[in-house]
Amino acid sequence: MNWLLEPFRYEFMQRALVACVLIGFTNGFLGSFVVLRRLALMADALSHSLLPGLAIAAIFVGLSPFGLLLGGLLAAIFVALGGHLIAASSRIKEETAIAALYIIAFAVGIAIIKYSGVRVSLDHFLFGNILGVGDADLWTTYAISCIALLSLVVLQRPLLLTLFESAVAKTQGIRVDALLGLLIVLIVLTMVSSLQAVGVLLSLGLLILPAATMYLLTDSYAVMSWGGAIIGTIGAVTGLLISFYANIPSGPAIVLVLGIFLIVAYLFSPKYGIVAKRFHRRHLHDESLERWKKTD
Amino acid sequence: MSHRLVIEDLTVSYNRIPAIHHINAELPCGSCVGLLGPNGAGKTTLLKAIAGLLPIETGRITLGAHSGAHAIAYVPQRERVDWDFPITVRGLVEMGRFQSVGMWGAFRSKDGDAVDEALHLCDLEPLAARQISALSGGQQQRAFLARAWAQKADVYLLDEPFTGLDRNSTAAFAKALDLLRRADKLVIASHHDLKSVEALFDTVLLLNGELVASGPVAEIFTPAKIERTYGTGVFSGHHHA
Repeated sequence: MNWLLEPFRYEFMQRALVACVLIGFTNGFLGSFVVLRRLALMADALSHSLLPGLAIAAIFVGLSPFGLLLGGLLAAIFVALGGHLIAASSRIKEETAIAALYIIAFAVGIAIIKYSGVRVSLDHFLFGNILGVGDADLWTTYAISCIALLSLVVLQRPLLLTLFESAVAKTQGIRVDALLGLLIVLIVLTMVSSLQAVGVLLSLGLLILPAATMYLLTDSYAVMSWGGAIIGTIGAVTGLLISFYANIPSGPAIVLVLGIFLIVAYLFSPKYGIVAKRFHRRHLHDESLERWKKTD
Repeated sequence: MSHRLVIEDLTVSYNRIPAIHHINAELPCGSCVGLLGPNGAGKTTLLKAIAGLLPIETGRITLGAHSGAHAIAYVPQRERVDWDFPITVRGLVEMGRFQSVGMWGAFRSKDGDAVDEALHLCDLEPLAARQISALSGGQQQRAFLARAWAQKADVYLLDEPFTGLDRNSTAAFAKALDLLRRADKLVIASHHDLKSVEALFDTVLLLNGELVASGPVAEIFTPAKIERTYGTGVFSGHHHA
């Protein structure tokens, strides 16, 4: 067990561990809401659109976590709202509008960083570096995790009804638009908090992969979200250890571990895995027999 | 006799173009209303307006003798639902209890009873633990009806509930609707198949952008009125309130 504890004798690894646990858990939990609402590509767009906000914040207030948070948040909300407005006022559909805006925003971000000659490298934003997590980063991550998890747990019932069928939820008195708006804000906040660890480009993996894995494993949304949180945590910590020993950057290591989880679930999930589907014909036959007996 | 849904001078528009206009109708509770009309006649629009999902441009909708947020239950078109959602039939029906349990309230025994009753009446008890995609079309439609039922609403709005159902499923669903009618509820369902109208509904509302006619099937569902509903263009100026 020494190999497991050894890395955490270093203070930077202790910080990285805390960050991994917080980020992995929060992203994994939030991810199930994103997957159920089919917002994965929207989240991808938001992650790219953070960049110009980060760049501008870096120029004006330096690399303080709070400045980056604010810059990223504003840029992403600008893209999300802008896409909504363009779709409402023209023939262009919302996904096209958002794709157009986020990729423009991404280009603007790269241009600003290159042109302004800020002391940060582009790599830092794109891929992150969890070993460089400072105290302020940790506090920011901690605060965002608390906000996100509390909101999601407190609003779980109305959120669930909204994600499943928003029109019916609305007739039950739920403020659907407000909840979906909140979900977007939580996605952006959580992405900003995982920025230091995995960067803009890979933050989507922390959000989507654990939830997609659980989606293949369970028929219960509660198991999906809590399980996603646990898988996210395990994946982030395992990735951190691999990055320490294999000397590869933490972001790709974490995303690769989570990717392996997804592939395993895709192949071997007892109910929805392709192996089970292929070899358990008897089960399917039982179902059809049962249905046939009790003709509806 | 005050148990009724009253629609007065109702106009609903999309981008300032009216989809339905100046509708007047009184629908008594304890009836099962077939909402009929050609494509684009505004059937879904009317249902959504009653459900409170669309802003009303003119007029109003009132529910005599009933009140409160629980009054209306809406059942969407089946194709609009994500059937892979990780939820069981029972979980789906439990969603109907949201207004009763609230955001954080405990799920009490009376909520459990309401769910059991809805499952029973829709003949879904043996399927309660199934994930919702493992249901046939008719069972899926009944599962959503059970959710509405668990809501204990007074008015049930159903968007094309019989579309795609075979004969047996249609009969099972009609039976469930009949139970609601007998419980003095008001059921309003948009419908396409004119041949089955007399078997399924006791009241019809003929819609063609404007209201063509509404009332008991025997009186209103006549060849002449059907022809006027389907045979003329939408907004042709025929108006028989």
